[in-house]
Parts: sequence; structure tokens; C-alpha cells
Amino acid sequence: MAKVVFKKPHALAGGPMHYCPGCTHGIIHRLIAEVLDELDIEGSTIGISPVGCAYNNYLYFNCDMIQAAHGRAPAVATGIKRSRPDNIVFTYQGDGDLAAIGTSEIVHAATRSENITIVFVNNAIYGMTSGQMAPTTLLNQVTTTSPYGRTTKLHGYPVKVSEMLSTLDGASYIERVSTHDVKNIFKTKKAIKKAFMVQMEKKGFSLVEILSSCPTNWGISPQEALKWIEEKMTLVFPIRIFKGFDLEVGK
Amino acid sequence: MAEKVLMKGNEVIAEAAIRAGCKHYFGYPITPQTEIAHYMAKKLPEIGGVFVQAESEIAAINMVYGAAAAGIRVITSSSSPGISLKQEGLSYIAGAELPCVVVNIVRCGPGLGGILPAQCDYFQAVKGGGHGDYRMVVFSPSSVQELYELTVEAFNVADRYRITSMIMGDGMLGQMMEAVEFKDEENIETVEKDWALTGTRMKREHNIITSVNVNPYELEKINEGLQAKYKKIVENEQRVEIYNCKDADVIIVAHGTVARIIKNVIETLKHEGIRVGLIRPITLWPFPTEIFEKYASVPKMFLTVELSAGQMVEDVRLALNGKKPVYFYGRMGGMIPTQKEIMDKIKSILRGDRDG
Amino acid sequence: MAKIVFIEDRCKSCKLCTTVCPKNILFMDSKKLNKRGFNPVAVSDMDKCTGCGFCVTICPDCAIEVEK
Repeated sequence: MAKVVFKKPHALAGGPMHYCPGCTHGIIHRLIAEVLDELDIEGSTIGISPVGCAYNNYLYFNCDMIQAAHGRAPAVATGIKRSRPDNIVFTYQGDGDLAAIGTSEIVHAATRSENITIVFVNNAIYGMTSGQMAPTTLLNQVTTTSPYGRTTKLHGYPVKVSEMLSTLDGASYIERVSTHDVKNIFKTKKAIKKAFMVQMEKKGFSLVEILSSCPTNWGISPQEALKWIEEKMTLVFPIRIFKGFDLEVGK
Repeated sequence: MAEKVLMKGNEVIAEAAIRAGCKHYFGYPITPQTEIAHYMAKKLPEIGGVFVQAESEIAAINMVYGAAAAGIRVITSSSSPGISLKQEGLSYIAGAELPCVVVNIVRCGPGLGGILPAQCDYFQAVKGGGHGDYRMVVFSPSSVQELYELTVEAFNVADRYRITSMIMGDGMLGQMMEAVEFKDEENIETVEKDWALTGTRMKREHNIITSVNVNPYELEKINEGLQAKYKKIVENEQRVEIYNCKDADVIIVAHGTVARIIKNVIETLKHEGIRVGLIRPITLWPFPTEIFEKYASVPKMFLTVELSAGQMVEDVRLALNGKKPVYFYGRMGGMIPTQKEIMDKIKSILRGDRDG
Repeated sequence: MAKIVFIEDRCKSCKLCTTVCPKNILFMDSKKLNKRGFNPVAVSDMDKCTGCGFCVTICPDCAIEVEK
């Protein structure tokens, strides 16, 4: 009898997800769930949903979940982790959530070296509210609030979160990865797994920045969107590890 | 034998929280309440508790949101400007029906204002400073002893109804030292928190703590549930002190430290044959409307005295519903009314002076 | 011998799987509509499937399972 090799991970709840066709949020959710299964931590994990496209992803994970105010997930995570240090706590945040309104919370969670894991999805736009400019919107990128293209004079520069946070000693593991092809999706899973293991081994703050697509608001097809990540986003947001290269986990 | 100690108000709040079984504090410095944080920073680590100085009051209330969702007793404290920053978080906590205790040691405003005592956050506290139809149980202590007793009670009420309990004192109360008698054993009501985020341990369905629901039918149901809870609280949790009201010509309505001045005024005016009573709301929400129905017929008039431009006076007028005239006397900016000012006001309204 | 199993009603016809299949055996079945009104993914020649799982890896909606 054929053995099932690939199937929906247990930690991913049953129903279909609401994301747009081809949006890589769905992939990232599956990767997190696969990691929860493989590390056997679904039962002790508590996840935090952001405000944004993933605002109700508490419906998609089978672990305990809580929905946080816009940008405040790292503080909510701090409150939970400090109350239940043996539980595994992760936040799932977009670039508007983390890099705009939530900048203060993410900087201080990192600098306090909170023993939590941050899954930071960077798709260079506000998805849920239909396509506004985000702190990570690229120069010249057209959005509903930069209709003539983002310019440095009016809108400044895209913020590089992984680079910024890696200057903080409290941050133990920071890596930027991408979902624009199968190889990079495997790398993304590896990074997510490492981040959770850093937390499991109480080695401090871990964050994975994941370049992700938004076909609907970028106004291109899902496949073109992945190409846009590869050809445009990775130039501004290089895919590499920023902190914790030598951090051993799972020994 | 209960332990009697001379202690500062702010520190009593912290000690009371610890005695109520609360071992987690998330806060941010702001005068005139920061001694609460100092006390917690020192004591909590000694008892296996957690003190976190957050990067802002916004972060602090969201840490409280997380800790409360994890099912533990948790407290934060701040003063007026900081409490303004917490309003969104308080609305989320109300929407997700989480229990916690928030302390506001009020200072004069608006804006940066001053650091002296005031009661000008009344509306924000009882009418809901954040968005949406929600309430908090708001206690107004008027002595350091009551700071202790009401803080312990605040945790019980919070857990009993899955609601925020606010201790609203003022700068004077937080800073003054008075004798406090601590009980040997605290009355801690423990409740089953099966809704809390503890990890499914693969033995139960996952718990979800959220306040969002884009389906109007469901969100209205949720709101109806909240309103039913608030109705029950109004019926069961009204707390008030009545002082010398039996055959008073004037009944003064005052809360917190102002009520202490009023009691002196009442005793002084007795010698001049002027009968004055005091109704002292201890819960600002639920406002003690029942007592007003009972005492509406007694005096010729009511006088509300507040450290504000007049906020609680509106609830007094609502409670009396026009049965008797309600006058107001207030000081702002951190000024505290003297007994003489209040006595002059009483005599003036008794003479029927135009309310200049 | 590997086999792909489609959970058709989860498919949103985003076509990403068709772009990564090394054997190029995936296509959108224009003759069919799933419950959500999308043309679901279909396979042209199951025998060629090696069970590599690339399609599963890039599918955002867990619409594909693989047996070996």
C-alpha cells in the first residue's frame, strides 16, 4: 500500500484558508505547521495572530491562539511567555504590523532577548486594506498611497528589519528567507525550524523575515509575483542570515 | 493578630496585589505612581514572580492582555497620560473578556498637565475611554486601607466576571502614608479558567482568544453577551458609603480623597446647625444609582464636589432624574478645595444664590 | 510508483504547481469547476510522477497530497 509522503500537517487546521489565489501566506502557514509537527510542540505552542491579511489565522493553527492589536504581538507574546515560560510562543506578523505601527514592540522584544519566535512576512505592501504603501515598499513601487511610485523625497526608504534588529545584542537568531521558488521554500522551512529550536533551547530571541508575494495588490499573476520577489525584492532585501550563524541547535 | 504597618499608598497597592496572588506586573514609569513599579521590581523576583518594565504603556497593556489570556492574575499601573495610551488595549481586553487589574493614580490634565492629584479621568474610566460598547469596574478608594482592600477585591471581581477592574486613586492617595492593617489570610476567589491559553497538550481543542468577528450576527451576539454581563454587575456590585444622610438638608456626593474633606465639613457644620450628609460612591462604575433612589427625597438639594470641571455630577443628575437640583463645586489643575470653600458653597446654595 | 491525490475543493487555480513540476504533467482542468468556482489542478500522465513533492511545496492551499 502506498505510503502517504506529503499531506496537510496535523498542526494546520482543516478548513481552506481565505488568502488570495497564489498568495504565499498559505505556504508559510503550512511550513510553520510542519515544523510544529516535526518538533512535536503543537501541544505546548501558543501563537499570536496580527492585524492584516493573517488577522484570523488563529483559525488555521491547531495550537492555542490569540489575536493581537495591530503591531502589538511581540508585547502580547512577552506577556504570555513571561507567564508560561515552558510554552512555545510565536507571533505571525506582516510588514505593516511589525515594521510600521509595531516597530517599538519588535525592537524592545528583541533587545530584551525575549525567548519567543517571530515569523515576519514581508510582502512590501498592506494587503488587507487593499494595497497601501508599507515601510518595506520598494522605491518606485506603485501602491494605492504611492500612486506615482514611492520616492525617497516623499516617502523615504524601505526599512530593512533583519539588518536593523541584528544590531541588537538581545537578538540571537535572525535570518531572511524567501518563498519565490521551491528551493527557497525549503530554506524557509529550515529557518523556521531553527528559530523554534532556538526558543526551545532557551537561547533567546529568534526572527525569520520571509519575503512573500501579494499578487492581488501588486496587480500581477501569482507566478509573476514570485518572479518579482526574485528580481526586485531580493536586491533590496538580500536573502541571508544576519544573526546566529554559529548558533548550534538540536545538538 | 493582623499586621498593622505605616505605608505609602502606591506601595500598598503593590503589596495588596501580591497578597491577592498576583505575581506578574508589566508597567512603565510615570509620576505619581511609579513606586508601584519599584515595589514590584523588588518583591516579585523574591517570590518567583515576574516584573517587566515595558517600553511604553501601550506595550505594557498588551503584555497584560497576553498574560491575562494565559490565565494568570496580572496587574499594571499608570497615571492619566499613560492610561490614555492604554485605551485600545483595554478595549481589546474587554472584547476578549479577559480579567486583569489596571491602576490609575490620576494626575491633573489635560495633556502633560501636572503631577498633582485630580479626578478628571472619571469620564474616561466609567464611560469607556476606548472604542466600542464596553465597561470596566472602577473602584475609587479614599484611604490607604481601602487601597489595600479594594485592590484585593478588584482581582476577585475581575476573575468573577472576566472583566477589567480599575483602581482609580489620585496622586494624593498614592503618595500619602497611612496605617494599614493587613489580614492574615486574604479572601482569594479562584475560578476555573478553561478558556485560557495553556497549550492543548494534544488533549483538547485549541483555545482562541480574540475580539474580532466580521460577521454582524455573531458580533451582535457577542455584544449582547457583554451587555448582559454588565447588567449583572450593575445589579450585584454597586458599592457606596453613606455618611450622616438621615435628615440632611444638603447631601454632598464626592468620591476618593475629596470625600475625606467633606466629612470634616459635615462635622464642622453640625456646630452651626447645618445638616449635611455625604454619599460616597466606592464603585464609580457600576454607579450606585440605587442609593440615590433611596435618598432622593431626603435633602433639599445635592452638591457634587470633584477635583475636575464636573464629570461625576452628570451621573448624579442622571441617577436623580430631576427629582432634586444638583449643584457642582470643583477645583482643577491639582488645586485641592479647602473646607472653607466648600462650606461657603453650601451656605450659598442653601440661601438660594444664583449658581454664579 | 508515486501518485498525486488532489483535494480539488481547496485549489484556487493559482497555477504555481504547474510552474514547478519537473515532469510538466500538471495543468488546470478547464472543463471542471470546483466548489469555489475555480478550475482545479489535474494531472496529464500520472505514471510520470516521481513523487518529488515540488507541487506540494509550492501549493499555498494544501490542495495536493502525494503517495509513494
